[in-house]
Amino acid sequence: MSTIHPGRTGGTPYEEVQASHEFAALRRRFRNFVFPLTAAFLIWYFLYVVLAAFAEDFMSKKLVGNINVGLVFGLLQFVSTFVITGLYARWMDREFDPVAEQMREHIERGEVQ
Amino acid sequence: MSAHLAALHAQEATETVGKPAVNITIFAIFVAVTLAIVLRASRSNRTATDYYAAGRAFSGRQNGIAISGDYLSAASFLGIAGAIATTGYDGFMYSIGFLVAWLVALLLVAELMRNTGRFTMADVLSYRLRPGPVRTAAAISTLAVSFFYLLAQMTGAGGLVNLLLGVKGTAGQNLTIAVVGILMIIYVLVGGMRGTTWVQIIKAVLLVLGAALMTVWVLSKSGFNLSTMLGDAAAAHPKGDAILDPGLKYGLTTTSKIDFISLGMALVFGTAGLPHVLMRFYTVPSSKAARHSVVWAIWIIGVFYLFTLVLGYGAAWLVGPEKILAAPGKVNSAAPLLAYELGGTLLLGLIAAVAFATILAVVAGLTITASASFAHDVYAHVMRKGEATADEEVRVARITAVVIGVLAIIGGIAAKNQNIAFLVALAFAVAASANLPTIIYSLFWRGFTTRGAVWSIYGGLISSIGLIVFSPVMSGKIDPTTKASASVITNTSVDFSWFPLENPGIISIPLAFFLGWLGSVTSREPLDEQRYAEMEVRSLTGAGAEKAVVH
Repeated sequence: MSTIHPGRTGGTPYEEVQASHEFAALRRRFRNFVFPLTAAFLIWYFLYVVLAAFAEDFMSKKLVGNINVGLVFGLLQFVSTFVITGLYARWMDREFDPVAEQMREHIERGEVQ
Repeated sequence: MSAHLAALHAQEATETVGKPAVNITIFAIFVAVTLAIVLRASRSNRTATDYYAAGRAFSGRQNGIAISGDYLSAASFLGIAGAIATTGYDGFMYSIGFLVAWLVALLLVAELMRNTGRFTMADVLSYRLRPGPVRTAAAISTLAVSFFYLLAQMTGAGGLVNLLLGVKGTAGQNLTIAVVGILMIIYVLVGGMRGTTWVQIIKAVLLVLGAALMTVWVLSKSGFNLSTMLGDAAAAHPKGDAILDPGLKYGLTTTSKIDFISLGMALVFGTAGLPHVLMRFYTVPSSKAARHSVVWAIWIIGVFYLFTLVLGYGAAWLVGPEKILAAPGKVNSAAPLLAYELGGTLLLGLIAAVAFATILAVVAGLTITASASFAHDVYAHVMRKGEATADEEVRVARITAVVIGVLAIIGGIAAKNQNIAFLVALAFAVAASANLPTIIYSLFWRGFTTRGAVWSIYGGLISSIGLIVFSPVMSGKIDPTTKASASVITNTSVDFSWFPLENPGIISIPLAFFLGWLGSVTSREPLDEQRYAEMEVRSLTGAGAEKAVVH
């Protein structure tokens, strides 16, 4: 992506970028990555909260020694948080930043045409 | 149960643990070191960007440590360890909500806000909406959240004094609250955001190291076997194995279970709406640095909460819930008492000093946020219509910091016997209801309007505070064992609690989202195409975002 092709003319540079195919693609990729991930961790979290509130017997089942399902479930929330953090940071660093930075440089040098 | 045990052991409650002189000395060293650093940091404070955002010159890692310093308040450290020690597994669930909440901040808020705003949350909201009403509303909710949070921290400081510093009586407690308040004002006035950030960094390092030391110590006593330790904790607790299962605190009735879900919502959606957390994203040079600071913060906070799990059960095992609840700081004294049990006077002194450093750093962060919101949003943009110079704005911010500090001292003294958890829950519920919906809408929804923002903020603010006022937290809650009042209004004949839940989140958060939508679709305000294009392009690419100040 060496240039940004304005999707409209006669607006401000920002409007031209916003209407461009390249910007639309960037926004779509960002949202397609972030929204499903957000939905996933929220569902996973509220599943835990609801189970802890209403499925006490299940959560109290002992697995090994004094370690029960609830403790494992709770610790898995920590694991999933760390994993999602890592996935997001890696995706943004590798996939998103190069494109966004290129676009920013174009805009700041006034090279939208 | 807590009130019952406290009453039983009321005679012992005047005892102090350890040597107050040691505690005070260690604390004084911390204050001296941090004041010296704050003074050094103040030399490069010249502009508004320096004062509010530390010149945007902190690295992602530094800011990440500072964020954890800001976030791991006394409620996190002392409160969660104590909740686990007394109510077992239900205390652990708090820490999970507090941690998972950071994913909302990381994925949806941190970077986009850093790219669009300058100093405050209102900068982002007012970007494409009518600035007057939106800034006013955002400033009011920022001040409300900060003030409740501030009160909680100040109250916590007062409550711990007896135990840690050996200060006795009302006058001594009041004096300590005043000292905390005055120190906080000095940090903020002299150091601005740069000085405050360094205080938070130092405090976070001390807090995590202290908790790590105690965690390893506790585990070593049980042969590094978590299962054995849990068994010992259950054996030492009057409720036995029940402390390992959910439900000890929230599992009593269906209402209390729904209350727990409501709390879970407030926790997970509140963090990304806390103004003092949001403001930290502006202290770094780019959105990439903002991202990395949240990644650092998540790791530090997550590992810290794993420590508190061990500390909580460790305190139940080695100290015992009766002794904790009988101590002057009640639930909050679990971690300090465990420190004393493990390492005697010296370790208690260290942990006590860390606990006070924690309170000091958090109140300083809250004060600078509240003063920035008033000076930048209300004074500079609403009252002076953007005509104020940066110098005037910073002068107003400094004056505001002093006023807030004085109010916090007075409020902290007046509220020192209040329930801390109530104030923290209030702050999170208001942040989740009044702030988060408008932030999400203005970043992601093209059709969002001024009316939507104003309805959502005021609707969230009024419903969350209103429901708490009419909840059992305020009146009519009676402890089943002691028949004593467990509400803010201790007169048991007064009862106006028609809302059954203690946390309003399950109603007020969806309501604020709904009002934001309703206000927008019923408004005929045309979209400001130019500003919206600028905001959207800027939020994703960082084009035109505020740069770091180079001195």
